[in-house]
Amino acid sequence: MTDFFSDDPLLQVNGVTRYYGDRIGCRNVSFQLWPGEVLAIVGESGSGKTTLLNCLSTRLAPTAGAIEYRMRDGAMRNLYQLGEAERRLLMRTDWGFVHQNAADGLRMTVSAGANVGERLMAVGDRHYGHIRETATDWLGRVEIEADRIDDDPRSFSGGMRQRLQIARNLVTHPRLVFMDEPTGGLDVSVQARLLDLLRRLVADLGLSVVIVTHDLAVARLLSHRIMVMRHGEVIETGLTDQVLDDPREPYTQLLVSSILQV
Amino acid sequence: MPVRLYLSHVGKSFTMHLQGGTTIPVVSGVDFSVGEGECVVLGGPSGAGKSSILKMIYGNYRCDQGQILVTVGDEIVNVADSEPRKILQLRKDVIGYVSQFLRVIPRVPAVEVVAEPLILQGADEGKALARARDLLTRLNVPERLWGLPPATFSGGEQQRVNIARGFIAHYPLLLLDEPTASLDAANRAVVVELVAEKKQDGVAMVGILHDQDVRDRISDRIVDVTAFRAEAA
Repeated sequence: MTDFFSDDPLLQVNGVTRYYGDRIGCRNVSFQLWPGEVLAIVGESGSGKTTLLNCLSTRLAPTAGAIEYRMRDGAMRNLYQLGEAERRLLMRTDWGFVHQNAADGLRMTVSAGANVGERLMAVGDRHYGHIRETATDWLGRVEIEADRIDDDPRSFSGGMRQRLQIARNLVTHPRLVFMDEPTGGLDVSVQARLLDLLRRLVADLGLSVVIVTHDLAVARLLSHRIMVMRHGEVIETGLTDQVLDDPREPYTQLLVSSILQV
Repeated sequence: MPVRLYLSHVGKSFTMHLQGGTTIPVVSGVDFSVGEGECVVLGGPSGAGKSSILKMIYGNYRCDQGQILVTVGDEIVNVADSEPRKILQLRKDVIGYVSQFLRVIPRVPAVEVVAEPLILQGADEGKALARARDLLTRLNVPERLWGLPPATFSGGEQQRVNIARGFIAHYPLLLLDEPTASLDAANRAVVVELVAEKKQDGVAMVGILHDQDVRDRISDRIVDVTAFRAEAA
């Protein structure tokens, strides 16, 4: 937690804009993300939140704007000026990306253990015993029984696949993890388990997270800060409970008042 | 008595965009201070804005006008214009909030819910859990419940878990949002004791307490919020 209050941001985003032809994906988005901070991007479908997430994670080049990231050596680097090899290394080691559909983030035809071990090999681990031991440990941390290590994810339930995807991402101890609707499409009881697991892992590992969600309950449970997007622009931002309990913009008030109470 | 909290010309209104942009004035010109070891109770009828004032001090509601100054060591921080990160830091170490409603987190056992604020302040986990068990005992939460997540507890049990969580850590400024509402006499007496102990430790407190008996026993001063009524524009 101590890093969280340091003065050096991990990610510095300035004026990020992405057009699709003459249609706006996202426009003029600026913010800073600090070590250990969880930022939720909320908004309805088509508001530009996934476009922004893809720009941040170098999966989609912005039309304009700059994104700088603090490398492990402390230097701020412009992500779109990194060489291809540097960028790939960053994505495989220092970053994680949790997709809504686990099949997009896993290799479905290799075993659970290999899914986790693959990222370790990418950072140079060649010792089979060590890789298997670490993979077993991580399966345990995401509550997958050790005897499933040789099964492939096609035989896993949706919730298990999502937990496996999380283990695969976290095994290299990334500092920044992007999540795109990580609980979308799961049963509520499965969601609750996954959320609790994410909450604990994020706190224990001191991860910085940018999470896209349309579920305000997910944002409340996991995030420190919220950005509300509409029509490609950030319309309101602030401390999570402040934005949810005292929303200022008409659209945010509509979002908050649309939550079903149980 | 050194001042711990000072509200200067604080004002707040809500603009309800879903109701045609109606502005609802809540309070204006709120001005009072609280010293170390002092418990100030906000007085006035429901709807006078007591809860909004408490929520602004905690940074949960935005403060439209004025300053909310908190003394932190030899620094003075204005909550009203602090960055989210700063407010989170204040909530970890400086400002505590005791309410009657527990926000339940799935799967976390009651004893860990209670111990968490102390662990976040850097306390040893074993000691924090021991202190949590001690508080749960004092607040008459049955031991068989300690290891269970509070989601399935009764309203009264959840409330007492939340009170234990609110009182476990040392915060120089503690906000009490009707902590004794619907508690029985024995547990009300425990809360009165806990507040007395906080005063001994020099904690400044601001409270909303509808229970006349508890209010008489813990308040050093009453600030009448109706004096800060905002007029509709």
